[in-house]
Amino acid sequence: MNVGNGTPILEMVGIGKRFGGVTALTGIDFHLRRGEVHGLVGENGAGKSTLMKIIAGVHHGYDGEMRIDGQPVHFRSARDALAAGIGMVHQELSIVPQLSVAENVFLGVQPTNGLGVVSWGRMKREAREHLQLLGIDIDPTRETGTLPIGMQQLIEIGRVLFSGARIVILDEPTSALSPPEVKHLFEVLGRLKAKGTTFVFISHFLEDILEVSDRVTVFRNSRKVATVDAASVDKAWVIEQMIGAGHHELADAMLGEIWLESPKDAPVVFSAKGLTRPRSFADVSFDVKAGEVVGLYGFMGSGQTELARALMGKSRLHGGTVSMDGQEIRLRSTADAKKAGIALVPESRRAMLFAHEPVYKNISISILERISRLLLKPAEERKIAQGHVDALRIRPFLVEPEVRKLSGGNQQKVALARWLTHLPRLLVLSEPTKGMDVGAKDDVVKIVKGLKEKGVAVVVASAEPETVLTMADRILVMRKGQIAQEFADRGVSKDQLLAAA
Amino acid sequence: MNADVASAAGREGGGLGRWVAGRLTNLAPLVTLLFLVLVFSLMAPSFATVDNLGNIMRQVSITAIIATGLTFVILTAEIDLSVASIANAVGIVVAYFTLQETYVNIANVPMPGAVAILFALLAAFALGTVNAVGVTIIGIPSFIMTLAMMQIGAGISAMLVRGQIAYAIPDPVRFLGSGMIGPFPSIVVVACLFLLIGHLVLTYTRFGRYVYMVGGNREAAEFSGVNVKLVIAAVMIISAMCCGVAGMLGVAYYGSAQQNEFDDYLLDSIAAVVVGGTSLFGGQGGIPNTILGLLVLGVLNNGLDHIDIDSFLKVLIRGLILLLALVINVYAQRLRNRAA
Ligand SMILES: Nc1ncnc2c1ncn2[C@@H]1O[C@H](COP(=O)(O)OP(=O)(O)OP(=O)(O)O)[C@@H](O)[C@H]1O
Ligand SMILES: [Mg+2]
Repeated sequence: MNVGNGTPILEMVGIGKRFGGVTALTGIDFHLRRGEVHGLVGENGAGKSTLMKIIAGVHHGYDGEMRIDGQPVHFRSARDALAAGIGMVHQELSIVPQLSVAENVFLGVQPTNGLGVVSWGRMKREAREHLQLLGIDIDPTRETGTLPIGMQQLIEIGRVLFSGARIVILDEPTSALSPPEVKHLFEVLGRLKAKGTTFVFISHFLEDILEVSDRVTVFRNSRKVATVDAASVDKAWVIEQMIGAGHHELADAMLGEIWLESPKDAPVVFSAKGLTRPRSFADVSFDVKAGEVVGLYGFMGSGQTELARALMGKSRLHGGTVSMDGQEIRLRSTADAKKAGIALVPESRRAMLFAHEPVYKNISISILERISRLLLKPAEERKIAQGHVDALRIRPFLVEPEVRKLSGGNQQKVALARWLTHLPRLLVLSEPTKGMDVGAKDDVVKIVKGLKEKGVAVVVASAEPETVLTMADRILVMRKGQIAQEFADRGVSKDQLLAAA
Repeated sequence: MNADVASAAGREGGGLGRWVAGRLTNLAPLVTLLFLVLVFSLMAPSFATVDNLGNIMRQVSITAIIATGLTFVILTAEIDLSVASIANAVGIVVAYFTLQETYVNIANVPMPGAVAILFALLAAFALGTVNAVGVTIIGIPSFIMTLAMMQIGAGISAMLVRGQIAYAIPDPVRFLGSGMIGPFPSIVVVACLFLLIGHLVLTYTRFGRYVYMVGGNREAAEFSGVNVKLVIAAVMIISAMCCGVAGMLGVAYYGSAQQNEFDDYLLDSIAAVVVGGTSLFGGQGGIPNTILGLLVLGVLNNGLDHIDIDSFLKVLIRGLILLLALVINVYAQRLRNRAA
């Protein structure tokens, strides 16, 4: 269903962009039709975010030409782009955690009365209305940072969607959302589209892309390989275009039932009894055996991410006990948890990466005490890091660049690599495949399998059914902070999981 | 410092402008320094002399010792406002435990020199520990905690000297504060040693790495299993110990121990660290920056004395130049973050 032909609302010709030695974009021709939803897919580091940042005025040194409504433009800043009606939700959250929900929804554009004074009443009311359209009902005066990460993502989306922009770019907007929120979001997109808004939608969830998009563009290795009508292609085709090779098993694993089977006679490594933290989770008990992967599945805000943090000693438990190998342990700090052999990869990149430090320092930070007593051994740090960078295919295969210069998915891999040198006893992964492309997700699945063979107990907490289904041997479904159902040694399908959550 | 990181960043597209933006935190103080040296050399013939260089070095030595510890604190994105007051208190403590002339009427407790020094160092350690406990265990923001410590330090100073001035201090302290080691004033040698050790610790030790990482992203450090509170406690204590040494040597340098003797050092030491380009938001900068900052400050303070302007105006000029340097620090930080 292609809407509005005639001049494209936005046109880009021969766009090229380099970051020092790294080529991010080569000769890209790209255009947007008025009122379409344009899906953008490609592997991690393919250049999707870079192209969008050019449109949104974030990067201004580039080759080629950009036209809006036929007029050549060259934005010098995000503000320029905004003035031209272009809004972008970035891959990394940019909400201000200390501000209230309402302030974040209207960041920079607070409604004012005739005297130029911010009208709080109106701001609160409109913020609440906007968010209700996205399916969340929340007190607009709450401090944003205290909300679950998925809710924060929705707030950020809301800010851009309702800013009145004509072209809205959504860079992996659904990576922290669970199915009901995604559905709401798509309904809102449909409504705004009908009013003439044009969307670019980047995601690694290919079903989602194919469902909402009118046209789809595929990127590979800094180049555009195809732009097609979404209705004319299927997921397998898209994957093939993305990776340029035969198709991966992961892609269709989700269609039927998955058979869950946990190791029978492995010893219990970790056990939790009656874990409670007010407003997050209550009375949660479970065991994890050596070499077992336990999936913690639940919609956003069901408590699984908070539980993951508590296991790492990051937030305090108000009740319950935890034990490793039958010994009760106390988790007063992350250092305690680490000493007991627990490691966590949290869901938020901002919370786990040192953006201004090179890749190798980001990887070595968790093993420094093992490789050096007093003096650092940078050569060894680099060597270890290089090993992980190669094994996980972290592009651009270098350990010196600052982490902030890596693409989103590659950053995620850096955070995982941190725990792979000296294996923990219990590894907790919170949304481990967030922002990863199909191939990278496969890699993570393989890594987790490898860890299992080495007897590591793994907990995978996610709001994404696929993630849990592909990795887990046993699945605990969380609802409103409690374990609502357990799937063990039986077949389970995505639908069954969704129904239980 | 992080030459490897810097060179990797330098090669990204955008040419000179971006290269400068990435390095502005280091370039700005260097340019400021060269500019000040040039201006003062042209305006006052007495400025650019070997003798005066020695003066400048001596004049910044006490600040340098304090700033070494403060660099650690600021790199973790904390602050220590009690530096001057701890220096003052510890300087007075060492005099308090030394036999004074009879006309110094402070009812003190004379001890052998080594014991007096030990007590003084213990006092510094204790005050630093109080700061550390307040910030990490109780959770008081360092800004507030050290503000309180500033008062406590002033209180200790007041109680021990009771408005008097003490002159006698142990010989080793006198030697290090006002003696000569070969052709060099010993206080300059001590200051250089402090800066050198500080630099080595920050650059080559595991603890130093933790300091940077905690400042760079505290949450990420925590998620990596770094004992963040321990690191912060350690930098607060390191800062207090540096202040303690600076306080003792300062008493020798000035030849007396009295209240409010160190008041100027709070502003000077913070200015030295920040003007040098160490980020107030933590994680970026280091001792080389602090050295630059010290030189800017030293040249500014000394140079203004060599040129013929209203002495009341000097204070204002000094303030304005410091303000400018601070603006550049914050602005450079922003540019660096944006140089994406
Ligand atoms: N500021 C930067 N400095 C240097 N290199 C960069 C910078 N931003 C992006 N790159 C590089 O450009 C390439 C494209 O990155 P981009 O972020 O556009 O990928 P992406 O397609 O959005 O990937 P993902 O799905 O992982 O988000 C990557 O190799 C990345 O390392
Ligand atoms: Mg991206």
